[in-house]
Amino acid sequence: MAAVNPVSSSAVEGRSLWVDARRRLMRNRAAVVASVILISMTLAVIVGPWLVPFDYDFTDWSNIAVPPDLASGHLFGTDSLGRDLLMRTLYGGRISLLVGLVATLVSLLIGIAYGAIAGYVGGRVDHLMMRIVDILYAMPFMFFVILLMVLFGRNIVLIFVAIGAINWLDMARIVRGQTLSLKRKEFIEAAEALGTPTLAIIRRHIVPNLLGVVVVYVTLTIPQVILVESFLSFLGLGVQEPMTSWGALVNDGAQEMESAPWLLIFPAVFLAATLFCFNFIGDGLRDALDPKDR
Amino acid sequence: MLKFALKRFLGAWPTLLIMIAIAFFMIRVAPGGPFDSERKLPPEIEARMLQAYHLDEPLYQQFGRYLAGLLKGDFGPSFQYKEYSVSELVMAGFPVSLRLGGLAMLLALVVGVSAGTIAALRQNTRTDYAVMAVSMTGISIPNFVMAPLLILFFAVFLGWLPAGGLGDGSAANLVLPVISLALPQIAYISRLTRGSMIEVLHSNFIRTARAKGLPERLVILRHAIKPALLPVVSYLGPATAAIITGSVVIEQIFGVPGLGRFFVQGALNRDYTLVLGVVIFYGVLIIVFNFFVDMIYALLDPRVKY
Amino acid sequence: MITLIRSGLPTLLLSLCLACAAAGCVDSETGSGAKPAPPPPEDGVVLRKGNGGEPDSLDPQRSEETSAADILRDLYEGLMAETPDGSLAPGVAERWEISDDGRVYTFYLRADARWSNGDPVVAEDFVAGMQRAVNPATGSAYGQLLQAVEGALDVVAGRQPPDVLGVRALSDRVLEIRLVEPTPYFLEILHHSTAYPVHRQSLAEFGDRFARPGNQVSNGAFMLDDWVVQSHVKLRKNPYYRDADNVAIDTVYYLHIEEPSAELKRYRAGELDYTLTLPNNQFAWIKENLPDDLVLGPFASVYYYQFSLDNAPFDDPRLRQALTMAIDREIIVDKVTGVGEIAAYSFVPVAVSNYQAAQFPWQDWPPERRLAEARRLYAEAGYSEKNPLQVELFYNTSENHKKIALAISAMWKQALGVRARPTNLEFKVLLQQRLDGSRWQVMRMGWVGDYNDANTFLEIFHSTHGQNDPGFANPEYDRLLAEAGQTLDPVRRLELLQAAERRLLSEYPVMPIYFSVVKRLVKPWVLGYRPNGLDHNYSKYLSIDTAARGF
Repeated sequence: MAAVNPVSSSAVEGRSLWVDARRRLMRNRAAVVASVILISMTLAVIVGPWLVPFDYDFTDWSNIAVPPDLASGHLFGTDSLGRDLLMRTLYGGRISLLVGLVATLVSLLIGIAYGAIAGYVGGRVDHLMMRIVDILYAMPFMFFVILLMVLFGRNIVLIFVAIGAINWLDMARIVRGQTLSLKRKEFIEAAEALGTPTLAIIRRHIVPNLLGVVVVYVTLTIPQVILVESFLSFLGLGVQEPMTSWGALVNDGAQEMESAPWLLIFPAVFLAATLFCFNFIGDGLRDALDPKDR
Repeated sequence: MLKFALKRFLGAWPTLLIMIAIAFFMIRVAPGGPFDSERKLPPEIEARMLQAYHLDEPLYQQFGRYLAGLLKGDFGPSFQYKEYSVSELVMAGFPVSLRLGGLAMLLALVVGVSAGTIAALRQNTRTDYAVMAVSMTGISIPNFVMAPLLILFFAVFLGWLPAGGLGDGSAANLVLPVISLALPQIAYISRLTRGSMIEVLHSNFIRTARAKGLPERLVILRHAIKPALLPVVSYLGPATAAIITGSVVIEQIFGVPGLGRFFVQGALNRDYTLVLGVVIFYGVLIIVFNFFVDMIYALLDPRVKY
Repeated sequence: MITLIRSGLPTLLLSLCLACAAAGCVDSETGSGAKPAPPPPEDGVVLRKGNGGEPDSLDPQRSEETSAADILRDLYEGLMAETPDGSLAPGVAERWEISDDGRVYTFYLRADARWSNGDPVVAEDFVAGMQRAVNPATGSAYGQLLQAVEGALDVVAGRQPPDVLGVRALSDRVLEIRLVEPTPYFLEILHHSTAYPVHRQSLAEFGDRFARPGNQVSNGAFMLDDWVVQSHVKLRKNPYYRDADNVAIDTVYYLHIEEPSAELKRYRAGELDYTLTLPNNQFAWIKENLPDDLVLGPFASVYYYQFSLDNAPFDDPRLRQALTMAIDREIIVDKVTGVGEIAAYSFVPVAVSNYQAAQFPWQDWPPERRLAEARRLYAEAGYSEKNPLQVELFYNTSENHKKIALAISAMWKQALGVRARPTNLEFKVLLQQRLDGSRWQVMRMGWVGDYNDANTFLEIFHSTHGQNDPGFANPEYDRLLAEAGQTLDPVRRLELLQAAERRLLSEYPVMPIYFSVVKRLVKPWVLGYRPNGLDHNYSKYLSIDTAARGF
């Protein structure tokens, strides 16, 4: 979904390309199905919590760890504290999707700007900028995040910032690598010969031509970010209970995969389906956006 | 090329210094000290301990002392594992992590590039979808779920492989951890390869090669593979970081005595010296690795000049 | 396109084979379907125990984590030891005399006590060990355990040199210990690692590194063979041990597996004979599938929440009492923990011997009456539906702690309308927070007895005790404890300790939740295992039915 943003922002390139792209995308059945699933899941996660009769932190002492059951009203069953799993799955979905979108957006904006500038300007600037990235890279991510969580406590905004701030490094590197090879191309040289200012070249010629890579990368990043959040949950550093996320639910469920499989299966299906959908949509977009594939 | 290599080598030192400084001061800001334990130490004893480890000195002085030690190859004593020095612990953990991570990386590259290439060549066919779907399960299922599932299946039910630990260091102990660690990377690399391979296959020089009547197979091997691998080479750096991060989980779940486990335990225990030791070690590793990635990139892409 | 398929598929197959070879193929290494390889035959009869975390040290005086305690019990033997069921037994001391005033102990050491290198264990080794324990330079967290010994507190505080400690070798085989006051439980302290002897020659030679593998000389049933950090500790039978003929195990492996669910998997895969604990959330599954392996027993350990008494509004005892009463402990032990924990209505666990705990007066009230009283007190303290109490509940990272914190918040919310925010802190942060009473309100804590006496639980609320986090200061309580410490008559002493506990409970500085259980899985071929109240376990009492295990 975030992948759509660069599309609209680059509409200056010429309308027909994007119309074509949309037509091609609509022909890709996997991508269309994935979009439909993803949109309905997003709606469910937003609207659903109003329809479930249990609070996400309500403990039903008479129904502890019961399997899915119509009679008690717990459609997905309850966890070991008697909390309704359907409600928690929907609630967790809000957090996971929010983290995925916001953090990816943060990393996207920083990463593209940084990478394109470094790659295009080159020389000393590139060297310095990449040294900075190297330094940040060399800080093991885990360490950085554990420390942040420890210092400032569990805070959802902090998770956005931490994940986003780390992820732009990857983006910047990939964009720089592509820019390095792009900038030797004829149309860039032509623009340079015409005396177009550097920033304008980056904005008008480099960035739009990076889209293929960026789109693939974004589709990799959203699921990746959702996974990073679950990784934090695994280490006990995710969102603070009784709030939850898909990652936290899956991690809790994995502990009891034999004794209470529904605790793993439901959130895992939601999580995996979301990641699947993002990936299929990304693939579809990638194929659709490739202007050489006419 | 040699000049470029030399420049990179010299440039690595300030990087390293800055990294050490950030890591050093960051961990000191974190609340909780190495000697906070469930059983409170009498003040006299705590004072003695702080003195013995020079923790009572001003921070800049401690930093200087630490750097001086580093120059002599001394990472200091571990606060948590009282019998061991950090150098000993790092040296004990690194070979294990290297073996685990190296094998996982190799597996990921070989399987990922092959699968991605095949999928690209048969774009939008059933093979393509199958390969991508399989690779996607690698991304969609977190490894802290995948690893216990693998253990349950291969160790508990089938009894083929050990459920954890390093045992006597035999390969059997590494199979499950390596696979769990490699799976997400296989997925990323195959997708990346597929994407760029498709792009390359549509480019003009491939069309030219085909027009010349070159057999498709030679077109791929001689012309397409090299440029198609560029994003993969770019991704090697992040992949290393991801494998290092992933190894924290995997080492934890499988009880493998590698550096990742020291790192988490060290951070939780405020074992300043151990955490710093691991950070510096990984930092050097990543710097060296990125250096090689740049070299490979330059070799593969003739348009990139340094 | 057809050529492509041909070139593509073999590449994939080839790479899969390569990858498989790189990772070590299943079949070539273990043989398909084979169980994990047994340990090498030169290990003899092997016992493989789960040990939880990594031991911090195997130096008896410097180690402080429980993950080292059972290993040290195998490696060393103090003047006193314990039987399989945890009662006091003679160790290196074959007999002892106690003076009439209860202040002078004379121990007579066994003639056949030997170090693992063959040297005799002499009284001077114990003197050296205990002096080392109280010497501030050693940095022992347990030095205070010896506070009953003359001069110990002065040495710990650095006011006196270690040799003023009231422990003297009268000859190689006679040791005298002088106490400040008669301490009825003193013998119990002597099987703690703090009071173990040290091999003076290796200490002199290696200094603080004398406990490392290769350097360590120990006097217990086993000796240290190897220690692979983050993996395992390996012990070998000590041939010079006085009772070596009756030690059936040749090699003990202590495997460091922090996660109980990981430990369970390795147990089920046949890699462990004996687990440290078991995951609570899989208890139902274990009961159904591994009923014969399951061992449960009472544990001298209390799980509780404490209030910061100086931090308003928790300076109000009515509020503390209301919150304490609003928790349904039976539901917690039945439905949340569920492994047979005992609901706690006192502070001293039932597993502590020779003691009858004082109880909350409302223990047997029906729930409605209990909750009504809780509501009344809550209102009296000035809170209501419209003006609910907002409270931060600190707990450290653990599945079990999390569940209990959430259960307590839910109970408070449902019974009183309290808005509780359970807050997960990392253990080191929790420990840091507790140092300053103004930085926390309500916090999870637990206490495991160091020795089998009510004093090890009650003393932590003495106004001067380092462990007294709530800041409970009650002169009457202090007086009762001090008097109990002087009293040799067991009946009178019991009355005094009970009176002290009653006083503690009536002020509600802590909310006891439950008393834990010893819970572990033991394979049927491990013979001789019995759970005991302090969960002190000695490998020398166990044996293996090797025919049943297959190696």
